[in-house]
Amino acid sequence: MTADPRFLSSLRTILGGGSLIEEQEELTAYECDGLSAHRTIPMLVALPGNVEQVQQILKLCYQHRVPVVARGAGTGLSGGAQPLENGLLLSLARFNRILDIDADNRCATVQPGVRNLAISEAVKPYGLYYAPDPSSQIACTIGGNVAENSGGVHCLKYGLTVHNVRKLRVICIDGEILTIGSDALDAPGYDLLALMNGSEGLLGIIVEVTVNLLPIPPTARVMLAAFDDAENAGKAVSGIISSGIIPAGLEMMDNLAIRAAEDFVHAGYPKDAAAILLCELDGTDEEVRHDIEKVEQILQLHHCTATRLSSNEEQRMQLWAGRKSAFPAVGRLAPDYYCMDGTIPRHRLPEVLRRINELSQQHELAIANVFHAGDGNLHPLILYDANIGDQLHRAERLGSKILQLCVEVGGTITGEHGVGSEKIDEMCIQFKPLELQQFHAIKAAFDQHGLLNPGKAVPELHRCAELGAMHVHNGELPFPELERF
Amino acid sequence: MALQQQIAEAFANSTPLSICGGASKQFLGNQVAGEPLSTAEHRGVINYQPDELVMTVRSGTPLQEIKEILQAQHQRLAFEPPSFGDAATIGGTFACGLSGPSRPWTGSARDSLLGCTIINGRGEQLHFGGEVIKNVAGYDASRLMVGAFGTLGLIMDVSFRVLPVPATEITLSFSMDAAQAVASVVSWSQKPLPITAAAWLDGELLIRLSGAQAAIRSAQLQLGGDISKQTEFWLQLREQQLGFFQTGKPLWRLSLPMAAAPLDTPGEQLIEWGGAQRWLLSGEKPQTIRQTALAAGGHATCFRNAQGGDIFTPLSKPMLALQQRLKKAFDPKGILNPGRIYTDL
Repeated sequence: MTADPRFLSSLRTILGGGSLIEEQEELTAYECDGLSAHRTIPMLVALPGNVEQVQQILKLCYQHRVPVVARGAGTGLSGGAQPLENGLLLSLARFNRILDIDADNRCATVQPGVRNLAISEAVKPYGLYYAPDPSSQIACTIGGNVAENSGGVHCLKYGLTVHNVRKLRVICIDGEILTIGSDALDAPGYDLLALMNGSEGLLGIIVEVTVNLLPIPPTARVMLAAFDDAENAGKAVSGIISSGIIPAGLEMMDNLAIRAAEDFVHAGYPKDAAAILLCELDGTDEEVRHDIEKVEQILQLHHCTATRLSSNEEQRMQLWAGRKSAFPAVGRLAPDYYCMDGTIPRHRLPEVLRRINELSQQHELAIANVFHAGDGNLHPLILYDANIGDQLHRAERLGSKILQLCVEVGGTITGEHGVGSEKIDEMCIQFKPLELQQFHAIKAAFDQHGLLNPGKAVPELHRCAELGAMHVHNGELPFPELERF
Repeated sequence: MALQQQIAEAFANSTPLSICGGASKQFLGNQVAGEPLSTAEHRGVINYQPDELVMTVRSGTPLQEIKEILQAQHQRLAFEPPSFGDAATIGGTFACGLSGPSRPWTGSARDSLLGCTIINGRGEQLHFGGEVIKNVAGYDASRLMVGAFGTLGLIMDVSFRVLPVPATEITLSFSMDAAQAVASVVSWSQKPLPITAAAWLDGELLIRLSGAQAAIRSAQLQLGGDISKQTEFWLQLREQQLGFFQTGKPLWRLSLPMAAAPLDTPGEQLIEWGGAQRWLLSGEKPQTIRQTALAAGGHATCFRNAQGGDIFTPLSKPMLALQQRLKKAFDPKGILNPGRIYTDL
């Protein structure tokens, strides 16, 4: 779509040369984020270099009623940064500086385009680190992490992004700049910091983030436990948590995921196991030693068939390597895979595993299961081939069934990937119309004209009215021609 | 149902409501003129599964009852909330959003919250969040309720995370002045030590260590100090029962960056949260105290014995306007605890 000439000329004036992308072939590079099945060529891409430019751009968009989609590294898996053909894609890639490291107050202030892992690397000399570690941490940016309220394998003990951010500078759609949170541990008035985390770019544009830092634990060891029955592994997870231990990470993989990961990175996983658990314990040497003994007893009690314990950092990294590369590893098993992200109450895990397996057989598509078992966050990976018959549609239907199952057992349709454009229909399963209406009212308080990332995260009520009954009554998607993947 | 009906009727008649749980924290914030709405009868545990580390209860459930149920399973609330009296309810605890001595290390009230059911100012019952730790579906409207003093919605039931009770807990005592205390805690907080509380009063720094016995012993060796015999200190601090608090002077709560230098404002000081929360007894002008807090990077609340004026630090104009719009989004007629936080919110 072509831009209004007056809008375009003002934008050129704000940005100067080289910071505005207008040519089709260059725009194509921005057509999707990590959800590559959803592609749209944006009208324009702006790459501002400072806060004032962002303010001016937003004012201009506000004036011309042009929608704005913010983008960090574009690693998101739910299409949150999917462009709009009549919208401006606002890349924050140039906001990549660490502005301040304040070891005394255990915080760092960074620009939104700084990579998650770069923060921990920069503060390492102080013996500190930034705890949330989404598996894309090598590439994903902190601005995107805040927008999605990202998690990671260490959430169980150290919390999500929302628990680890102290202050934000946010630019509203009318160009007004706000400080949300403070340099202290709280701020007067409503807790807008909680609201901004996970708001998927619908409420404001984040231009600065102050994150909490934690002391690096002196010891971290990971234990691998193999099971010949996945339900036993699930029960062992509950056993560990109820014993009073909070592991730094507690992950589970099923046989298909184990084999894929082992063939890919040779982490030393037992390929004949029905499931493995990876349990990381961190803290002082004494604590870790004490916890390992306890965990080992619990694992034995739940009939684990073998255990292995990392005795140095290299072994620890090797044991994690399989888990951290599980997605690309599974990606080698089939031409396409669809990654789900539901969360369930932990004690329902054995039952949910069984039902996912049944659904997989019914839909005749294989599923590799990778879980953040400690916090009940599931990542079933549905394998399919988009070039064969109706496999894409079957994968979609199967995915939607799995998310319905998550809601049915008291969980949620997304634990950490966000709703974006991907799970917009499943929002109708999780929330009632009045709740969605309340979300729209919150949005309007920040962005009256609906210009920030419109169409994402919260569905319009009429969309749910059209879809909702079908979901409840027979689980079939009513509009197979609609691209939903 | 009765509560929802009361709000729906109040909405229809534009009647302001004054929400009350156990009336233990009425002293905090502005007085609300409105028809009383009590959650006291709306009580009981809905779901508690110790191995999920999650509890869901009705808002009128007494805080004390919840603490006892958790204690029986060797669990507790991570944010150590103050009760300020036996009548305190869990709904009021989250609505006021106050956290106890462990706050900088184990998180705040809002950090523990996982979800809630509310009734907004239109009388609509809404559920946000859930009983799972990871949940990013929709805006985080549940955590927004924490510290909103019921002005955005009446909390009906609330789900929160709980933690195991640590195996061992000891308190170390150090003789030092305020500046040394701040500097010491700042330096220790950068190390992986099992600190879960730190407070300074009258020339004495107290540090609480929690965790496995072996870890505590090794931390104690690193830190030195003497084992304190004031076993009730943290409870008395949390509940403001220490001698320091027994006064008619205005009690200010300054929320500051933890490394901020000790205040030079006239008045007695108690430093808590490892420096991030400072209690100040002072008759100085509110304006002066707010300036001091602002200059140090924080904000000030007149917690008790206010002598007129704002209780909480006033918001900037655009921020107030935004929060007013947000209030309207939940409570279009302004009937829920109007003016409790700010007279114009």
